[in-house]
Amino acid sequence: MSFTARDYRRTGQTSTLSHIDWFTVMLYFLLVFAGVMSIYAASYDFDQASIFSFDEFSGKQIRWIGLSVVLGAVLLLIDARMYETYAYPIYFAMILLLIVTIFIAPDTKGSRSWLVFGPMSLQPAEFTKFATALALAKLFSSYNFNLNASSGNYVRALAIIFVPVLLIICQKETGSALVYLSLFFVLYREGMSWLVLFGALLAVVIFVVSIKFTSMGLLGMPVGEFAVMVGIMCLMVGMLAFYVRRFEVARNVLLWFLGTAVLEIVLSSFSVAIPGYVFFLSVLGVALAYCLFEMLRIERKKMCMTVLTVFLSVSFLFSVQVAFDHLMPHQQKRILVSLGMVDDPRGDGYNVNQAKIAIGSGGATGKGFLKGTQTKLKYVPEQHTDFIFCTIGEEEGFVGTSAVILLFLILILRVISLAERQPTTFGRVYGYCVASYLIFHFCINIGMVIGVCPVIGIPLPLFSYGGSSLWGFTILLAILLRIDSARSSHLA
Amino acid sequence: MRKDYRLEKRKYVVGGFIVVIACIYLFRLFSLQISDDKYKAYADNNAFLRKTVYPSRGLIYDRNDSLVVFNQPAYDVMMIPRDVHDLDTADFCNTLRITPDELQARLKKLRKSPGYSSYTPQTLLTHLSAHDYGRLQEKLYRYPGFYIQKRILRQYTHHTAGNVLGNIREVSQADIERDPYYESGDYMGDLGVERSYDHHLRGVKGKEILIRDVNGRIRGRYDNGSHDIAPVSGRNLKLSLDIGLQNYAESLMVNKIGAVVAIEPSTGEILAMVSSPTYDPSTLIGRERGKGYRALVNNPYKPLFDRALQGAYPPGSTFKPSQGLIFLQEGVVTLGTQYPCYHGFINGGLRVGCHGHASPIALKPALQTSCNAYFCWGFKAMVDNKRSKYGSSAAAFEVWKKHLVSLGYGYKLGVDLPHEGRGFIPNEKFYNKIYGEGHWSANTIISVSIGQGEILATPLQIANLSATIANRGWFITPHVVKEIQDTVLPVEYRTRRIPTIDAHWFNDVADGMRMSVTGGTCRMANLPDIEVCGKTGTAQNPHGKDHSAFIGFAPYHNPKIAVCVYVENGGWGASYGVPIGSLVMEKYLKGSIAPERKYLEQRMLEANTKIYSGTAKIYGSGKSAGKGSDGKKQAAGSTSAGTGKAGDKGHSRGNNFLQGAPAGNMPLPEPQTLAPMPLVVLSSKNQLCPLPQEITAAQAKQAH
Repeated sequence: MSFTARDYRRTGQTSTLSHIDWFTVMLYFLLVFAGVMSIYAASYDFDQASIFSFDEFSGKQIRWIGLSVVLGAVLLLIDARMYETYAYPIYFAMILLLIVTIFIAPDTKGSRSWLVFGPMSLQPAEFTKFATALALAKLFSSYNFNLNASSGNYVRALAIIFVPVLLIICQKETGSALVYLSLFFVLYREGMSWLVLFGALLAVVIFVVSIKFTSMGLLGMPVGEFAVMVGIMCLMVGMLAFYVRRFEVARNVLLWFLGTAVLEIVLSSFSVAIPGYVFFLSVLGVALAYCLFEMLRIERKKMCMTVLTVFLSVSFLFSVQVAFDHLMPHQQKRILVSLGMVDDPRGDGYNVNQAKIAIGSGGATGKGFLKGTQTKLKYVPEQHTDFIFCTIGEEEGFVGTSAVILLFLILILRVISLAERQPTTFGRVYGYCVASYLIFHFCINIGMVIGVCPVIGIPLPLFSYGGSSLWGFTILLAILLRIDSARSSHLA
Repeated sequence: MRKDYRLEKRKYVVGGFIVVIACIYLFRLFSLQISDDKYKAYADNNAFLRKTVYPSRGLIYDRNDSLVVFNQPAYDVMMIPRDVHDLDTADFCNTLRITPDELQARLKKLRKSPGYSSYTPQTLLTHLSAHDYGRLQEKLYRYPGFYIQKRILRQYTHHTAGNVLGNIREVSQADIERDPYYESGDYMGDLGVERSYDHHLRGVKGKEILIRDVNGRIRGRYDNGSHDIAPVSGRNLKLSLDIGLQNYAESLMVNKIGAVVAIEPSTGEILAMVSSPTYDPSTLIGRERGKGYRALVNNPYKPLFDRALQGAYPPGSTFKPSQGLIFLQEGVVTLGTQYPCYHGFINGGLRVGCHGHASPIALKPALQTSCNAYFCWGFKAMVDNKRSKYGSSAAAFEVWKKHLVSLGYGYKLGVDLPHEGRGFIPNEKFYNKIYGEGHWSANTIISVSIGQGEILATPLQIANLSATIANRGWFITPHVVKEIQDTVLPVEYRTRRIPTIDAHWFNDVADGMRMSVTGGTCRMANLPDIEVCGKTGTAQNPHGKDHSAFIGFAPYHNPKIAVCVYVENGGWGASYGVPIGSLVMEKYLKGSIAPERKYLEQRMLEANTKIYSGTAKIYGSGKSAGKGSDGKKQAAGSTSAGTGKAGDKGHSRGNNFLQGAPAGNMPLPEPQTLAPMPLVVLSSKNQLCPLPQEITAAQAKQAH
């Protein structure tokens, strides 16, 4: 940090404006502006009067933006330390609001997450985001807090995350609930083992591979499951060699795998091959038993993690089909559609198919502002909210979509860098929470629109129509900017 | 504050993660938006409803500006299967007055058709009546995915001239491949001027691009209609046909098989062209077309076969004027040259019979009395004269052939109608192939000199000879269209074609034809106040009774009409050819038939020669055999009038005519001589020719 004496002097309690990160503010206004233009384009009709008409989505959104700016300004004027001081009360108040919402919210399309105040409605779940972020930041900034010091710390951190998740699931807003899982990035940054994220990634890979490749392959096993089994074997050898760093164990296991594989091949050439499941389970079982034996002699923790990883992977593989069968039918369909296994352009694949048509038909430079036919003629559903990205794709083409993606990428990287430059744990954790939310919304929303993720109904931050989402992210960013602008006072 | 630098490195993992995701998304967007074009088409298919706007087809008038063919609106029900939803089937069927079963059957058929796509408009029903159209239009908003396409139907003011007018039909896949203008569901001309002038009549289709929202509602025109294309109406045609004359000629040909062609000599315009039996063009309209067309195809008399244009007949004695012209032109004879006729031409064991008249005889009286011997001697003098300028029989024969070709025989005349036949005029090579080079002479092929043997001509070609003589030495390619709206007639229908025969010789032949009317074979054509010229023909053929033929023109000075009449199995030329031909000329020139000739008109209107025709006989026996297909084949055989070929080969050339094979591809006729009485007598050395009894036997065999 290269702060001079003059900087110290200038960092009084009141001079927040001069220390606001105007770059982030600029990104914010760019995205909001692009968003409102897209909303105008998305809801533009042939007999449309004006972009400012309060009867139209764009006009309403402009009103929401005006209120957001006021809200942001107010938040920037509040003393940064207030957020730290009142983090838990704010959190508990929001939790209470979530609980109340479950009971008093009217049923809108099956979800009970909207509070109606006369002409406008708000979604408390959007405001729980910043409260959860503050609470999590507060927890990590408590004196001498170390995530790995005790399992009690994990329990507390996870409790802060999962209480709103459970409440939001109770409101039947699974998509919004999933957003909080992104806070695992924060836990990771603050010391959680990489194996958790690695395990999550592994779970996704095993899930996709085993669901997608179901044609019967070798040794009476589906191709996907066979591949996963082989992958797990490779993973085991790899972890033993590079994570546990016990090369002789890794070598022994590798030799065991290769030897049995050769035996199996020889046997299968005589048509007396051992069935695939029996073969893999027994070979892996022997290898795991060997590792457990080795565990008695050498470093326990890493060996234990390796054995656990392999064991859980195999267990997960066998429970995937069971778990998948327990999903709701529309969720199963969405997953199959996004994996490209089901082509259902008139049914469950309709949204994604029309979204892809809208984006794909934009070409390199798009059809021109207000000239998109897919969106104007309402072929894309939810085009001003969750599928707003389609409008950009259709009317502004690849130029527009890549610009939006780059803007988001820059914003997220900027938020990460803001978080990293915070002198306090509170500021850093809070900053990572904001980054995590943005990452999740960005990945899932754009991913579903371009057909690489299953459809999960969450908005594109700052872009999609809707006051709650806009306010939620405005609050998140405003508090981050306020904390950031006050950081120098902590250096004193 | 504590700072863990080991953990700080993890910012690169988080940052790296989002950078990788962003790159994946950019790559995905690149592949969606830039490297894949199909989405653009999908989006356009969603948003744009491209409606074809059909132009009105050109109207057709006759030469006196009376309307012959006009348009009547009809409505097709179109559907875009993909857009159909929540259809109240019962209500829909009720509105269209069809049963749900019919609807299902139609949908099933649609789905199986090769051009089916659920994205593009499909024709569900065609030719809705104005009443049903009104009902449907009212309720159309209830049936998303359906719309109405305005089409036209042809309507005819007369029930005649089907062979000249043609009709319209839906285009086939082959038509679409041949002409990219057509799209599935379009209509195009079939047969007649509808086919040959289709490019003028059809106009240019327009396009309308409408914007359609997700609910199938039309939200206006794309870009305010600036991409729409207005249709251009088809051009009207004015036929050279006199529809009144056409009707009259068709009525005279009722119950006769054959053709009548009337030409205005000075212009080459066809005044009437009858192929009998004919058909009513109104039977080939709209939804009934399929049924009507099938009935015509299955009709044993083959009404779709245009005998005036495609029939290849032996011209018989109507050929003799052309022989006179050639002999005079070549200097083989002069007007004074006389040949003997001892009841025929008798030379080298060959005898061609003739009737009683004075002998020896010169050209004009020979035309007057239709003397066979004169033209046989003349032909022999031309072809067999070893000291002549030609050097050999073959060379002389080639000169003879070239004159005939210049008169319009042997090749298509080039009439502006589809499927014209070319007739047949043999050449030197043809006979060399049959008899061997140098092994044939005039006597071998003597029957060609009197329009028999291998000689075949279409009634149009025969009529054209009449027009050429009427013009005294030139003709314009016959055509049925007089004017095309906003454009000029092709140059070939405006320029004279000059045969290789000097004009003055035509006067002499015309004199002979005049004598034939005043005191020869065509006396019945002698109208009191019009100088008619004519020539009869009685053509032998292997299908029964002789064909009755006639050519003529009138008046002698400044002729207005030239005709050819050909009645299959009508017997003597004077029996049917002369009366019908003279009535047609009288009707055209005078407007009505003189009272003293009414009896003749009545006789012709009532006469039935079908009973003599091979078709009737053979068809009858075919029917008794109980096999329709047999009947069909035999009927086909019988229409090949006068091919001179007996059925002993098990197939008949007539079949080939009907299948539309060009004359050049026809199997060559066998060497032959025709049945003996009254014209040709067998040469003793020719064993190939079947005797009359054998012909009948072979014919009968074929019948079964």
